[in-house]
Amino acid sequence: MLEIKGIAASAGVAIASAFRLEHPDYTVHQENVADSDSELKRLDDALAKSQQELEAIKQRTEEQLGAKKAEIFESHLLILNDPELLDAVRDKITSEKVTAQYALDEVAKQFISMFENMKSAYLRERAADMRDVTKRVLTHLLGLNYINPADISEEVIVIAEDLTPSDTAQLNRQYVKGFTTNIGGRTSHSAIMARSLEIPAVVGTQEVMAQIQIGDTVIVDGLDGKVIVNPSAEVLEQYQLKRDQYLRQIEEWKKLKEVPTQSKDGVHVELGANIGTPNDVTGVLENGGEAVGLYRTEFLYMGRSELPSEDVQFNAYKTVLERMEGKPVVVRTLDIGGDKELPYLDLPKEMNPFLGFRAVRLCLERQDIFRTQLRALLRASVYGNLRIMFPMIATLDEFRQAKALLLDEKQKLTSEGVQVSDSIQLGIMVEIPSTAVLADQFAKEVDFFSIGTNDLIQYTMAADRMNERVSYLYQPYNPAILRLVKMVIDAAHQEGRWVGMCGEMAGDATAIPLLLGLGLDEFSMSATSILPARSQISRLSKAEMEQLAAKAMGMQTAQQVVELVRSIDE
Amino acid sequence: MEKNFRITDEDGIHARPATALVNTANKFKGSEAFAEANGKKVTLKSILGVLSLGLEKGDDLKLIVEGDQAEEAIHALAEVMINEGLGEVHA
Repeated sequence: MLEIKGIAASAGVAIASAFRLEHPDYTVHQENVADSDSELKRLDDALAKSQQELEAIKQRTEEQLGAKKAEIFESHLLILNDPELLDAVRDKITSEKVTAQYALDEVAKQFISMFENMKSAYLRERAADMRDVTKRVLTHLLGLNYINPADISEEVIVIAEDLTPSDTAQLNRQYVKGFTTNIGGRTSHSAIMARSLEIPAVVGTQEVMAQIQIGDTVIVDGLDGKVIVNPSAEVLEQYQLKRDQYLRQIEEWKKLKEVPTQSKDGVHVELGANIGTPNDVTGVLENGGEAVGLYRTEFLYMGRSELPSEDVQFNAYKTVLERMEGKPVVVRTLDIGGDKELPYLDLPKEMNPFLGFRAVRLCLERQDIFRTQLRALLRASVYGNLRIMFPMIATLDEFRQAKALLLDEKQKLTSEGVQVSDSIQLGIMVEIPSTAVLADQFAKEVDFFSIGTNDLIQYTMAADRMNERVSYLYQPYNPAILRLVKMVIDAAHQEGRWVGMCGEMAGDATAIPLLLGLGLDEFSMSATSILPARSQISRLSKAEMEQLAAKAMGMQTAQQVVELVRSIDE
Repeated sequence: MEKNFRITDEDGIHARPATALVNTANKFKGSEAFAEANGKKVTLKSILGVLSLGLEKGDDLKLIVEGDQAEEAIHALAEVMINEGLGEVHA
């Protein structure tokens, strides 16, 4: 028995035998043949087999993940039948008397290099599609014994170095019970896909490929980030129990989908979700989210070669607002700069990006960018319940300037005859200690606060959370942080404002009792954390948690606070 | 028959709309369809050809159809261009 530690990327426990997903060697050597006709025949056979596979994958993806995710395979089918590609390959086979695999590989390389040299980043990525299709046909031509992830037909745990988007999209949930990879983090593509497929996953183990052989019995514990290889009978039984418990718990959680979030003593708090794209709304609704507590608009700006136009933004905001059907949507204005780069803005590198030219600081200087976003937001405001939030506010003056620009654009739109909602709430993110300390003054001018704990903690503790040597100072439960959060909440309530939290801390089971006790009104977290959080809160008494929080704030260390919270039985 | 377009999609011509264009062109067996842009002409029945044009927002694109049902085909293709939000008809 062997235990390997990794990062818990998708919750749940899975037990099955190991399937090693390794991409074979596709190197092709030049070889001459006498009989071109038989090569043409081999090519056609390989194409026919590939076609069958692709059609099956496309159909299955459509059934499991919807038509949108299946479109990629529709493109692959077209590439497979592309006349430009096939004419060139057939021509090469007959005129140069080479093998079908060599001809295909050579022609495909030309297309791949053409895509790789394109100006548009989007088209450059199409090289990957060309590679995918070529490999599929080569597998047949080379007689490789490679089982495509899509062809897995018994229950397995997939073990891989990493999973490409194409690998992950082909995983059949019916048979792939879980997966584990050597590399990757919680936010890597494969981890995100695992959560949306609801397959338990542990990533970033560094060693599963070296330690696990085909057929080994493997336990993937996506709750605690552990992989266990060839467990003893006792351990196996223990994990079967853990798996069944988790499955029962999911059923329990599902019952809470339509129920408003309420503590045991009847206090209602709002549970919202953090999203990055309009597509994420599906997950929010499926998990019973009462709001979008944080819509990060950065993704609209990333992965393209120029700023998104007002219309592109308008459509995204409108989609989110409409799909939330009147439930509140907090949109954070552009939070970029410093460590989050936009290549086309050409910002200079900074010594201290976290303390630098970013977020609202950048927006107040680059008013062209900011005004475009504000106009798009204002135009979208009539389609739902919009709340606008400015990030990284350090002074009252910054808030006033940002608000003035918003009002200015609103005025312009109204005079152009464009309809704009009159009930947009305007708030700020509290993530800089100066703002937390002055919250009583801010509360007179804003409609709400949302506490961004990731940054607030690192600024309060003066420790870069990315720096491993000081990461021990990233302490959400430090009494200093709790007192700061309390200050913000009290100041806001004094003026009749509400306070949310949109950092990691809001969805953390250890933090939730404390935050409830401190009087937080809205918790925003990843969509899949909503139902567990709702279930937890329903078992907590707000009045009791107030006492707990008061006790915690009087403690000396974060460790003591954690022990205090663990000592309560729900 | 030919028709000129200006690409309006922020991301140029994507794989998905390109797929729709090629599938539409393929429906008209009796006619040949071509796309011409930036001095390059490709068959519209090849997705690799269409993507190889490397179209970006603001580029001009000419669709050309010859043979049977040319009018019907160009009409169908223009519909894809507009419905997919790819481009607008341009004189």
